[in-house]
Amino acid sequence: MSTTTHDTIDTAHDEHHHGAPKGLMRWVLTTNHKDIGSLYLWFSFIMFLTGGAMAMVIRAELFQPGLQLVEPNFFNQMTTVHGLVMVFGAVMPAFTGLANWLIPMMIGAPDMALPRMNNWSFWILPFAFTMLLGSLFMEGGGPNFGWTFYAPLSTTYSPDSTALFVFAIHIMGISSIMGAINVVVTIVNMRAPGMPWMKLPLFVWTWLITAFLLIAVMPVLAGAVTMVLTDKFFGTSFFDAAGGGDPVMFQHIFWFFGHPEVYIMILPSFGIISAIVPTFSRKPLFGYSSMVYATASIAILSFLVWAHHMFTTGMPVFAELFFMYCTMLIAVPTGVKVFNWVATMWRGSMTFETPMLFAVAFIILFTIGGFSGLMLAITPADFQYHDTYFVVAHFHYVLVTGAIFSIMAAAYYWLPKWTGNMYSETLGRWHFWCSVISVNVLFFPMHFLGLAGMPRRIPDYAIQFADVNQIVSIGGFAFGLSQLIFLAVVLKCIKGGKPAGDNPWQAADGLEWSIPSPAPYHSFTTPPEIK
Amino acid sequence: MTTKHQTYYVPAQSGWPIIGAIGLFLIAFGAGNYIQQLATEKTSGGYILLAGIAVIIFMIFGWFKTVIDESMAGLYSPQMDRSFRQGMSWFIFSEIMFFGAFFGALFYARMISVPWLGGASNNAMTQEVLWPAFEAAWPLIKTPDGTTTEAMPWTGLPLINTIILITSSVTLHFAHVSLEKAKRKPLIIWLSLTVILGAVFLALQVEEYSHAYQEMGLTLTSGVYGNTFFLLTGFHGMHVTIGTLFLMILLLRIIKGHFTPDKHFAFQAGSWYWHFVDVVWLCLFIFVYVL
Repeated sequence: MSTTTHDTIDTAHDEHHHGAPKGLMRWVLTTNHKDIGSLYLWFSFIMFLTGGAMAMVIRAELFQPGLQLVEPNFFNQMTTVHGLVMVFGAVMPAFTGLANWLIPMMIGAPDMALPRMNNWSFWILPFAFTMLLGSLFMEGGGPNFGWTFYAPLSTTYSPDSTALFVFAIHIMGISSIMGAINVVVTIVNMRAPGMPWMKLPLFVWTWLITAFLLIAVMPVLAGAVTMVLTDKFFGTSFFDAAGGGDPVMFQHIFWFFGHPEVYIMILPSFGIISAIVPTFSRKPLFGYSSMVYATASIAILSFLVWAHHMFTTGMPVFAELFFMYCTMLIAVPTGVKVFNWVATMWRGSMTFETPMLFAVAFIILFTIGGFSGLMLAITPADFQYHDTYFVVAHFHYVLVTGAIFSIMAAAYYWLPKWTGNMYSETLGRWHFWCSVISVNVLFFPMHFLGLAGMPRRIPDYAIQFADVNQIVSIGGFAFGLSQLIFLAVVLKCIKGGKPAGDNPWQAADGLEWSIPSPAPYHSFTTPPEIK
Repeated sequence: MTTKHQTYYVPAQSGWPIIGAIGLFLIAFGAGNYIQQLATEKTSGGYILLAGIAVIIFMIFGWFKTVIDESMAGLYSPQMDRSFRQGMSWFIFSEIMFFGAFFGALFYARMISVPWLGGASNNAMTQEVLWPAFEAAWPLIKTPDGTTTEAMPWTGLPLINTIILITSSVTLHFAHVSLEKAKRKPLIIWLSLTVILGAVFLALQVEEYSHAYQEMGLTLTSGVYGNTFFLLTGFHGMHVTIGTLFLMILLLRIIKGHFTPDKHFAFQAGSWYWHFVDVVWLCLFIFVYVL
């Protein structure tokens, strides 16, 4: 992997001598939550670029109607692996990396509760993705059934490499479960004495609830892939009506995992935004306890809405209504959150440094994604929108301008603490404005494509969609290139910059701002006093 | 430090996790290739799989030895003990959810897919068009495409196995009580008895499987009844195997004199795991065999 970048971080850590070992083996053998956090974050960024490159292939093919660049089967592999890499390789490890870096510092703990297992959780991930990405080069190709791997696409009609796909997913699941167990135990058991539950930073709260969701649903995903494996290779018929099973059962099991999974990818964002908005509004967070309850409500409701992904698959009308109303109910706690963020900004002495820019963009653009989600929640309307680009637009608004933007915001916000240097505000603003404009050029027109009936996951389209697809593709390329600015900002910041000081944002609240920047290799070896 | 708060032990660098990562990769990569090669002459996947299992066993021994040494050296505070306990509890919760997926499949097949294929609810046309001769029943001894099998009765071996497992939970509990009262001899006897009961359970399970395959025609491929039967009991059997090995290692450690009445996390974890496996079996017995 990228040893050069790792060495760069290494030198950045040299200034303080709390015994950070040297060389490559430091990263392989480490039990330090900050090292492991950095590993997760770099891994996530590499996967973000890998998955992004696949998205570029997709957008290049869709630049014009007709088949231009790639075979349809390869196009299918690109959509599938793009989704898998972004979900399991980019977003989830980024949040785990942030959790590793921040949670022990935020709660005044010396490290994560189980440091060796922490290392294991990370190091199995690169192997899993080597397997998944390697299967693309095998005879018969890699997974081509969509990241949701619906049966029978993933059983009867899938390539042989599905076996490797299944085991790669198993490893990713094991990694997530171990990571989540570590987070829960750290938060429950390692808080500094005198830190009550209702004083926890919201990032810690949201991650606690996320970790619960992970432990609850990743094993269900493991069950689903296992049944796919036995159906394909060992003659079982879980998802085959001829043997008494049902392909629809796959969708139920998958989405019982899948819907909590989408909240796994957004709840930590809520925590990040709840940290950044008060700092740059110079006001305490409005409605702290309602934020906690709203997060918990969203998590509970996430177990009761899975079938809204399957309205057109068919189910009794009562079930369609039940899942429609439960889904709409989620708008209430989410609305509470958006209201609280806006109320926090209300009459605050606001400034707009890069983290705040991303946070404000998050609030606006994530809300757009939430509204399109409400449109999709209406069963009869969903019959029209299902499997069109409207759905693609919806979940990219919540995942790119939602999850990814919050991760960017977090990176800018805590980079001074991690490296001890201020990042370049000018470059940061370039990154933000390029991203926010291009991402809307990329995803907003997709709503119209979808409403006009363009189906997703198809390499060709009817001629009337050509103009809008070209605009979308241009937005896509621009958004992809904009992320290279981010890479430049981070590398530049690691190399040097204006010294950050303990609390570069002045108004930032929390234990992590009470220790020096860069954070010492071991912080809080004895618990701090909580006033 | 004079405060009541003992320092939390943060281990230095460790090589075991990366060895474990390589082992897990070899298992996954080997199993993935082995399965693809089933229909061919190639066998490389199987060897990679075995190598991976060997690496993981090596890792488990090395890693646990490190932990045991640290524990015996008194490096662990009560807070560390709580970390282990909570970690183990959440691990068991994740296991419950794993079995939940397969129980979910069982309930879905019984309550929804099989009745619907037989025309229940508003699915009269489904049956008419697909398999008009199909009759919905559970256990599904004749699938829509005509595969037939026999249902495993709950009397006989399954009932004996249920009694064995429940008894083993009781003997393990007695072992735990003896440990807490520092009564060494009863502890070893009760724990040995538990290990023996686990081994007997596994032997009878093998007997039951061979009976199913050779005399009843109940196999992994005999429709959704056979699927759920073998995956549920199979994964449970794997857990009993792991649990029995776990208890055997605890027994060896007890003979070496490792645990004290107030410090025995590993024993606690093994005991929780065993009781969990027992509860899963009870659910299996009720929902797979009896009902």
